[in-house]
Amino acid sequence: MSILVGSDTRLLVQGITGREGYFHAQQMQDYGTNIVAGMTPGKGGQTALARPVPVFDTCAEAVAQTGANTSVVYVPATGAPDAVLEAVEAGIKTIFCITEHIPALDMLRVVNVVEQAGVRLVGPNCPGATSVGQAKVGIIPGTIHKRGSVGVVSRSGTLTYEVVEALTEAGIGQSTCVGIGGDPITGSGFIDILALFRDDPETRAVVLIGEIGGDGEERAADWIAHNMPGVPVVSFIAGRTAPPGRRMGHAGAIISGGRGTAQSKVAALEQAGVRVAEAPSQIPQLLIDAGVRPS
Amino acid sequence: MKLQEYHAKRLLLAQGLPVPAYSVAESAAEARQAAQAYLHTDAGRVVIKAQVLVGGRGKAGGVKLAASADEAEQAARQILGMDIKGTTVRRVLVAPAADIAAEFYLACVLDRGARRVLLMGSAEGGVEIEVVATERPTAIKQIHAHPLLGLLDHQARRMAFALGLGGPHLREFVAIARGLYATMTANDADLVEINPLAIVREKVADGTEKQTLQCLDAKITIDDSALDRHPELEAMRDIAEEDPVDVAAREQGLSFIRLDGTIGCMVNGAGLAMTTMDLIKRAGGEPANFLDIGGGAKHDKVAAAMTLILADPHVKAILVNIFGGIARGDEVARGLVDARRVQERHVPMVVRIVGTNAQEAARILAEAGDPDLQTAATLDEAVEKAVAAATAAAVAA
Repeated sequence: MSILVGSDTRLLVQGITGREGYFHAQQMQDYGTNIVAGMTPGKGGQTALARPVPVFDTCAEAVAQTGANTSVVYVPATGAPDAVLEAVEAGIKTIFCITEHIPALDMLRVVNVVEQAGVRLVGPNCPGATSVGQAKVGIIPGTIHKRGSVGVVSRSGTLTYEVVEALTEAGIGQSTCVGIGGDPITGSGFIDILALFRDDPETRAVVLIGEIGGDGEERAADWIAHNMPGVPVVSFIAGRTAPPGRRMGHAGAIISGGRGTAQSKVAALEQAGVRVAEAPSQIPQLLIDAGVRPS
Repeated sequence: MKLQEYHAKRLLLAQGLPVPAYSVAESAAEARQAAQAYLHTDAGRVVIKAQVLVGGRGKAGGVKLAASADEAEQAARQILGMDIKGTTVRRVLVAPAADIAAEFYLACVLDRGARRVLLMGSAEGGVEIEVVATERPTAIKQIHAHPLLGLLDHQARRMAFALGLGGPHLREFVAIARGLYATMTANDADLVEINPLAIVREKVADGTEKQTLQCLDAKITIDDSALDRHPELEAMRDIAEEDPVDVAAREQGLSFIRLDGTIGCMVNGAGLAMTTMDLIKRAGGEPANFLDIGGGAKHDKVAAAMTLILADPHVKAILVNIFGGIARGDEVARGLVDARRVQERHVPMVVRIVGTNAQEAARILAEAGDPDLQTAATLDEAVEKAVAAATAAAVAA
C-alpha cells in the first residue's frame, strides 16, 4: 500500500511532447512508473519515450484506449487549467498539476469543478508524489528515497528533497512523499493528504513540511490533534525570519495582516503534540525519539 | 502587484462603481490648477493625498485638506518629495473633500482556506481593518461568493443588512458589492478594498441635500501570475517607486528580496531558500537576501544572481545552496566559477551542491582553485562556514 500513486497507477502524461513533459516522463518511466499514454493536441498517433507509449489528441481517447486512471499535467500556465478540466471530463480520478504561475482565480474555479466531480487534484505548482519503489509522478528526483513507513507531505519542492535525503541518510525510509504545492489555491491541502496517510497501513509516522503564508498548517495541527492519535508527526516550518508583506518566491508564501507567520504555525503544531524541528537535519532524530526505528 | 490609489479608482470606475471626481498632479502648480477647478464648483474644500504604495500615509502627513487654491498648492508642495517609509512621493491625488455622514469597509479577497472569493464588510470603516479584525472580529461580516456563479444579489443584500444599509441605500450597495466582485475577476485581483465606502452628503441644484454611497479610497493588488494576460495593468507598474534591485531581479526572472544582513544567499527553491535564511539566523548570522534562482537554473541566471547579491555593499560572505533536481549541479558550478572570474568585488563564498551532477560540480569547483571558495557537504556545515566567514570579514574590516 501507499497513497495517491502506486503499482496500480496507470499514468497519462499531459504535455508529453513538450521539453519539460518529455524529460520528466522519461525519468518517471525509468523509475518504474507505469506510463500508459501521453497526450498533446495535434500530436495524436505519435509515440514517445524509450519504452514507447502512444500519444493521443484528447484525454478521452487516451482513457478509452489505455485505461489511464491518473494524469500529470506539464502544460504551460495558459493551458493548464483547461488540461486539468479535460482530464476530469475524461474520467481521470487522480490528477497532479506540476505547472506554476497559474492565476489564482482560474484555479479557484478549477478546484471547485474538480471537487464536485469527486476527483483528487494535487497542485498546481507542486513537485508531485512518489510512492517509494512503486511509482513516481511529477519531478521529485527518484534517487533520494529509501522505502519505509514515514509519509512526507510538503508545500515545498527542493526543501522536500532536502528533508527526504536527510531521512534516507539516517536510515529512515518513506512510504509516499507528496508535495501539495506553494500556491494560494491548491487542489489538496495538508488535511486531505494527512487523512490518506492515517488510513494507509504502510504509513506509521508523518513528516509535515510547511512554510509561511495562509493557515493550512494551523488547520492541519487542529486536525492532527483530533484525528491522528498515536501517529507520530514531526514538522518543519520554513520562513521564521521572513519579512512580512513580501512574497517569498511561492505565490502563497506571504505574511499579510499579521497572519501566516511561522511562529503561529509552530505554536499550533506544538499545541497539537507535533514535534517541530528547528532545522531539517533534526527531523530524523525527532522521528527516532517518537519511536520510529531506522534500518 | 499593488496598484496606486488613482489606478485602483480607474479600475473601479471601469466597472461602474461610484467614485468621486479626482485628478492626479505631479507638481504643486498642477495640484493648484486641479484644486481650483473643484473649488469653482460647490466643493468647500479639497483633499490632497500622497500616491504611494506603502500604508500609513495619513499618519505620515501625506494627506491634507485645503480650502483655497493657495492652500492646495502649499499642501501639495509639502507632500510632493516627502519621504513615507522610504518612498519618495512623486504624485498627489486631488479631489473635492467629501461631506461624510457614515463610513464603512468593503472588500473582496481571495480566501485561501475556503477556496472562495470572500466579501468582507464592516460598519467600522475608515480605520485599519487589521485593527478591527484583531480587536473586534465580530464587527467584520464575511460572505463567500459562489465559486462558479460569483457574488449573487441575495448575498450582497445580506451584507447590506448586516452593515445597517438595508434602508434607502440597499440598491446602491448591492450594485457596489457586485461591482467590487466584477473588478476582482475582470482584473485578476487578489484584493479589492474600499475603505472608506462612505455615505456622502451632496447639495443638489435645487438646494436640497442628497446622500449617496461613494468609494472614497481604493486598494487593489493584482495576482502576479495573471499579469501576462493584462498588459494594461502591467503598464501601471510604478517602476520608479520600486527598489531598482527588485526591478533587475524581475527582469532576470529571479525571485529576490533584499534584507539587511551580511550573508548573501543563492538557493534553488523558495522553501529551501527560506530555510537557508532561517538557519543562518539560528547560527548567529544575518541573511542579506532571499534569492530563489528557480528550477533548471542556467549559467546566465547564476551570473545575474551573483551580480544582484554583490550589488549590496553589506554582503560579507555568500552562501550557495543548491539541491539539484531539475537544476543540474555542474551548470550552477560552472556559472559560479565564471561569475567569480569577472566580478569586481571578491567576497568569501561557501558552496553546497547536492543532487543531480553533484560530483561533476565538486570537480569544477576544485579545479577553479579559488582560495576564498569553500565547499560543504551538508546544509548545516555550509551555514556554519558562511557565518564564520562573514564574522571574520566583519572583524577584518
